[in-house]
Amino acid sequence: MEDSTEVWEVFIQSKNGLAHKHVGNVHATDKELALQNARDLYTRRNEGSCIWVVKSKYIVSSESEDGEAFFDPSNDKMYRHPTFYNMPDGAKHI
Amino acid sequence: MSKEKFQEKIDAEKKIEPKDWMPEAYRKHLIRQISQHAHSEIIGMQPEGNWISRAPSLRAKMILLAKVQDEAGHGLYLYSACETLGISRQELIQQLHEGKAKYSSIFNYPTLSWADMGAVGWLVDGAAIVNQVSLQRTSYGPYSRGMVKICKEESFHQRQGYEIMSEMANGTPEQKEMAQDALNRFWWPSIMMFGPHDGDSPRTGNAMKWKIKRQTNDELRQSFIDKTVHQAEIIGLTIPDPDLKWNEERGHYDFGEMDWDEFWDVVNGNGPCNKQRLDHHKKAHDDGKWVRKAAKAYSDKQKNLVKN
Repeated sequence: MEDSTEVWEVFIQSKNGLAHKHVGNVHATDKELALQNARDLYTRRNEGSCIWVVKSKYIVSSESEDGEAFFDPSNDKMYRHPTFYNMPDGAKHI
Repeated sequence: MSKEKFQEKIDAEKKIEPKDWMPEAYRKHLIRQISQHAHSEIIGMQPEGNWISRAPSLRAKMILLAKVQDEAGHGLYLYSACETLGISRQELIQQLHEGKAKYSSIFNYPTLSWADMGAVGWLVDGAAIVNQVSLQRTSYGPYSRGMVKICKEESFHQRQGYEIMSEMANGTPEQKEMAQDALNRFWWPSIMMFGPHDGDSPRTGNAMKWKIKRQTNDELRQSFIDKTVHQAEIIGLTIPDPDLKWNEERGHYDFGEMDWDEFWDVVNGNGPCNKQRLDHHKKAHDDGKWVRKAAKAYSDKQKNLVKN
């Protein structure tokens, strides 16, 4: 069975000012069709104000099985969080 | 990763993602279940599509169009989820065409009157929703996310069906008769949508252990029946089961035995519309060939333009 489509990942900005969020993918042979298919499939109920599509093959992902080692460098740096610090009693707005 | 580690992850309610290690049997089970689910959405467009051109009002027609379009969308979400398991879209379609992959038997019954649009939305979508709400918690990430999206969109489907049933049940005597007839024909096939009894469902064990399914066939069926009986009473229709009775002790309705010979007969291809549904799907696929060819030619041309 022939198939010349490629898979495109779809990102939707639900409202002006918000970040684009991944919602799924579509099959399409070119970028215009990818956008139109994404519109038809993922915004039937006014879910979006802007759509990005990008060919899935261009997405680079970290391996979830190596997740522990990959993210290890940030594990021991609690001082990056505001809750790490001791504030004198009564200090406000800080 | 070992099978034990995998099971630990499942038991800890962690989701499995496409690139994670998984037992081959888990992958196979998911491909079978998700593809069957996807094919059901797609084939399920046919019994309703049958009534788009004959809907009794413009309102009814627009709603039905939107609903059938949603089913197409749901099929596509599910094909996408299935493809993450390493099977291609065209392999999935091929398995459907060759009869190697199944779809829900309910769609092999004909939709004979407008009241059937009511019964399909109320009962068939209603049963599907009970199943899909439970599957939102399935252990495979892409399937679970697809179910969340589908459940959000499906909530209008059952209401549109129930509205039709309610209007007809409260209409002329002829309309009420049509509504009751639709309920009579769709009741048993609808409650058989949940599949064989747990004791006769050999795959249930693994599906529950791997948390692919979160409730068994019989649990889901009971939950659907408990919900639906009251809805039938409100609109004055009678569920065609003389054994249907509230069981105070169990806190559930008791109900009669389903006709499993009929169930297996339809599963095995001998339902009233099996051939018609599959033939139509093949024809639609073949008829769309020139569109795919044209799209491919256009994309090749664009690539050449970029090169030169």
